[in-house]
Amino acid sequence: MFRWLRDHGVIERNLILMGVLTLITVSIGGLVQIVPLFAVETTIERVSGVRPYTPLEQAGRDIYVREGCYLCHSQMIRPFRDELERYGHYSLAAESMYDHPFQWGSKRTGPDLARVGGRYSDDWHAAHLRSPRALVPASVMPPYAFLDRPLDYTDIQDRLRALRTVGVPYTDEMIANARADLEAQARPDADGSAFQGRYARARQGAFDGDPARITEMDALVAYLQMLGTLVDFRDVTPAQLRQP
Amino acid sequence: MPTKIEKDTVSGQDTTGHEWDGLKELNTPLPKWWLYTFYATIVWALVWVVVYPSVPFWRGTSGWIAREAIVGEVEAANARNAPMMARLREATPAQIAADPEMRAFALAGGRVAFANNCAGCHGAGGQGAQGGYPTLADDDWIWGGSLEAIQQTIRHGIRNTEDDEARTSIMPRFGADGMLTAAQIGDVAEHVLSLSGRATDQAAAGRGQAIFAEQCVACHGDRGEGNRDVGAPRLSDQVWLYGNTKAQIMAIINNPRMGVMPAWQGRLDPAVINMLTVYVHSLGGGE
Repeated sequence: MFRWLRDHGVIERNLILMGVLTLITVSIGGLVQIVPLFAVETTIERVSGVRPYTPLEQAGRDIYVREGCYLCHSQMIRPFRDELERYGHYSLAAESMYDHPFQWGSKRTGPDLARVGGRYSDDWHAAHLRSPRALVPASVMPPYAFLDRPLDYTDIQDRLRALRTVGVPYTDEMIANARADLEAQARPDADGSAFQGRYARARQGAFDGDPARITEMDALVAYLQMLGTLVDFRDVTPAQLRQP
Repeated sequence: MPTKIEKDTVSGQDTTGHEWDGLKELNTPLPKWWLYTFYATIVWALVWVVVYPSVPFWRGTSGWIAREAIVGEVEAANARNAPMMARLREATPAQIAADPEMRAFALAGGRVAFANNCAGCHGAGGQGAQGGYPTLADDDWIWGGSLEAIQQTIRHGIRNTEDDEARTSIMPRFGADGMLTAAQIGDVAEHVLSLSGRATDQAAAGRGQAIFAEQCVACHGDRGEGNRDVGAPRLSDQVWLYGNTKAQIMAIINNPRMGVMPAWQGRLDPAVINMLTVYVHSLGGGE
């Protein structure tokens, strides 16, 4: 049995046979990776509420990725009962459809953050990022006090434009007003009606506690505070969650 | 290309027939147990592909899918707890605290819910944290420590934007808005220290008393006893939210930091809020 497997010398000596078999092997590998992508649209649930990130949230998301938060925190609640009890409804594909790159994973040195939005106050987030152990004594998270430096958002329009080229539905209006929207969200007293019209359910605030300055802390806390809050699960029906 | 397959005299195995600068390689076959385990995993994978969802547009022969399986699992678990959860939902916190069976369930469930939802700010044992995160294990309550008051605070939160019934109050920004000068703020801070017997400059404390009587007593009381209706902390004890030094007190009078707590109604089941109420009440300071 399997004697023929040992006679690979036959293949090694026959250039055409080896070429054909290599082609077959590579094709199988390619098909396994590529074919499911044709079905990717069918995996995104038709739920309402998910919108592109606001410019401030997107800037915060870029900081999240820059600082490697994903190395310890996943953003994917799996459909297991223990995870539902702890974190809330399991994550939907729709909730990360505008993520580039996505933040899924199961590597959790810290807790999952897919639904951390609104769980703590802005003040808590800022204080905890500056000095995690002041609030959670057993934490092993490094301190990020340096995020209190000013946010560089000179290229925010380019960032939104780049995301649009990969499929995030930012409108011309959103891109044209990106800087104004970013500033409006970080200032609780600013007139945010135009901003609110472009980004439903976005919250304005002095996320780092200081309304006068726009810092990296503002951006990161604004991002953390909206995570997992866009879909209202009271409106979601089981049929919407059904996958083909 | 193999040129000369030999039998190795030591191991009794054939060589591969290749030779590199005098080095030859044994062609020892893989152990049988390893090889057949390997073949078995390939067969297992093929079975898996057929039975479970692994190919687009086809669920596999079993029809199992994680999202549908979890629904049944959650329902079964909820059904086990349903009778008790229904009782906890209907009962008032006072009724739960008075009923030994409900109380035992509420304390166990409340501990778990507290660890998951509240410990980030209030600490694993309700010890709180410096910087505005109140201790829940003592009897120094800001918004009230009765079961009803605790339930109200958990349901609606404090100064959040999400709940219209959130507890709310605003302390004026005495320094930042120019209502008091820096010297006056220093005097008031001395008077505040004197309320707990810690003033070091009696003259300044005396000057501060007049300002305190004018600006602060409406909320914090004549002798700094506080007012729970407006969440004004007691100033005459040794429990401080934002630090007990003169500089820290001056910073708060200058530009107050008013704590925010999320509303948990809508986020947590009413039964869980009741369990948390009874648990927090039991931590040591319940009234």
